[in-house]
Amino acid sequence: MSPDGTLAASARVEALPRVAEAPRGRPLDWGAVAVHALLLACVAVIAFPLYYAFVISTQTIEEVIARPPVLRPSDHMFQNYVEAWTRAHMARLLWNSAVVAVVSAVGKIAISMLSAFAIVYFDFRGKAAAFWMIFVTLMLPVEVRIMSTYEVIGNLGWLNSYAGLTVPLMASATATFLFRQFYLTVPNELVEAAQLDGVGPLRFLWSFLLPLSWANIAALFVVLFIFGWNQYLWPLMITNTEAMRVVVIGLQDLIPRTGTHIPEWNVMMAAAMMALLPPVAVILFMQRWFVKGLIESEK
Amino acid sequence: MKRAVFKNRGLPYLLVLPQLAVTLVFFFWPAFESLRLSFFRTSPFGDKTFFVGLENFEKLLASPEYYQSIVNTFVFAFGVTALGVGLGLFVAALATQKVRGLAAYRTAVLWPYGIAPPIAGIIFLFIFHPSYGVLPYWLGFVTAYEFNWLLKGWVAMTLVIIATAWTHVGYNIAFFLAGLLAIPTSVLEAASVDGAGAIRRFKSIIFPLLSPITFYLVVVNLIFSFFGSFGVIHAVTQGGPGNATEIMVFKVYKDGFIGLNLGSSAAQSVLLMLVVIALTAIQFRFVEKKVTYS
Repeated sequence: MSPDGTLAASARVEALPRVAEAPRGRPLDWGAVAVHALLLACVAVIAFPLYYAFVISTQTIEEVIARPPVLRPSDHMFQNYVEAWTRAHMARLLWNSAVVAVVSAVGKIAISMLSAFAIVYFDFRGKAAAFWMIFVTLMLPVEVRIMSTYEVIGNLGWLNSYAGLTVPLMASATATFLFRQFYLTVPNELVEAAQLDGVGPLRFLWSFLLPLSWANIAALFVVLFIFGWNQYLWPLMITNTEAMRVVVIGLQDLIPRTGTHIPEWNVMMAAAMMALLPPVAVILFMQRWFVKGLIESEK
Repeated sequence: MKRAVFKNRGLPYLLVLPQLAVTLVFFFWPAFESLRLSFFRTSPFGDKTFFVGLENFEKLLASPEYYQSIVNTFVFAFGVTALGVGLGLFVAALATQKVRGLAAYRTAVLWPYGIAPPIAGIIFLFIFHPSYGVLPYWLGFVTAYEFNWLLKGWVAMTLVIIATAWTHVGYNIAFFLAGLLAIPTSVLEAASVDGAGAIRRFKSIIFPLLSPITFYLVVVNLIFSFFGSFGVIHAVTQGGPGNATEIMVFKVYKDGFIGLNLGSSAAQSVLLMLVVIALTAIQFRFVEKKVTYS
């Protein structure tokens, strides 16, 4: 460690004059300009599909099918969004997606906190087995147990219900591991002091651990909200009524299939914009938590 | 490990009960059922099942369609991974220049992660649209080749790969940037003092330091495209044209849910389980390594 440190320190001393000199010697750093140009090009390429979808959502059908393609927004936005809203029963779809996203995220966080608390703060017979069972869920994504999970839901009478849409999503190995890691960093002195004061385990969880966990909870919530909002296979299987459809699936009905439909891509894109806005807004406004959640839940 | 431990006989069981109940009912039981069903055949009316041993597996492994779906899955998964991780690494390489405003760039590329792959698929469906889309229009200036995803399997595959990679590129970039921030500035400065150019610096210092993250992202992207890719296929191509985009996960659903061939669908589930177990094992071996490095 110390050879590294000294080397780095001397390097920094030598590097300093160079850094200070740069702006005076060369008014424009062409390297930085090139890097910015390339980064901006990347951003433009990544942003183009969404920009294009938005542009289409503001156009009339004539503009949508015009050649050459019209790449700037038009004035038909309001009509398209109203049309998409009523035709797809958007209010109901968005509500269902919000329920699935919020309930599954909160449920996951709650049961993961409880099981991580049990695993870190208690010694009990079968602890290793419980830990192992939670770990194995990582290897059983819904895609590999499609038919039989569908059967279980059918037997429970949970088809077309919020319970069926949310409860099976609530087991989470990654969330459990995240809270376990976090609890392990909480100093032992805290729990010792609490025990001396006669604080019981549930009280300790509620009044001591929970207030310390808010940053982790927020980070995890953002990631899990997006995960829940964007579920596809699961809701596709266990719902078949319009009233229980989530938005990602409800959009399918609006796709103008080639040959048979009027090419109402403007209405389609208006609906798509409404479906993708909530999760994208959550990422943009809670970006700090989102990045923390992404990075830490993968450890 | 924690020394101070609460003493209570029943409480810890109550605390793990919700998690274990969901795990048992919705994960272990269905997985066990899939395994059991894979050795049975269901009668056409679904009223009887016969034990057939390994027949379901033998039939699958003899079926060219199944091999086609395996090939499609690998093309799809490696396409998404190469495109997503490659672009992520490119942005990471640019970001090592320590230019200003990196956080703003991160914001500008991160948001597609919020878009569900099926919705991304719909957007690209229009961009690729043979009559109205902007991409065939632009390509029309360069070549007379008809980029019609309804007719040409590889165009359909390219469409779903690009749409999926688009939603995931911000994730990869966020991980690379987090990795870059962990590299001490002094290391970079020492390198530039030694006269290493930007490309040299990236190749001999940054990339080796980022290689654990690159490897990790490759595995995560593979897992994601193996199993998270059902939606984009279902929403956009339905496995077509022909079987050109029929990937393994979609075939499990199609054979079981639409074809009602439960035995074959279950056998495919079991084979997929083996794949995910292998990939998860690789992922966690790597995590162990990362712990010892740091």
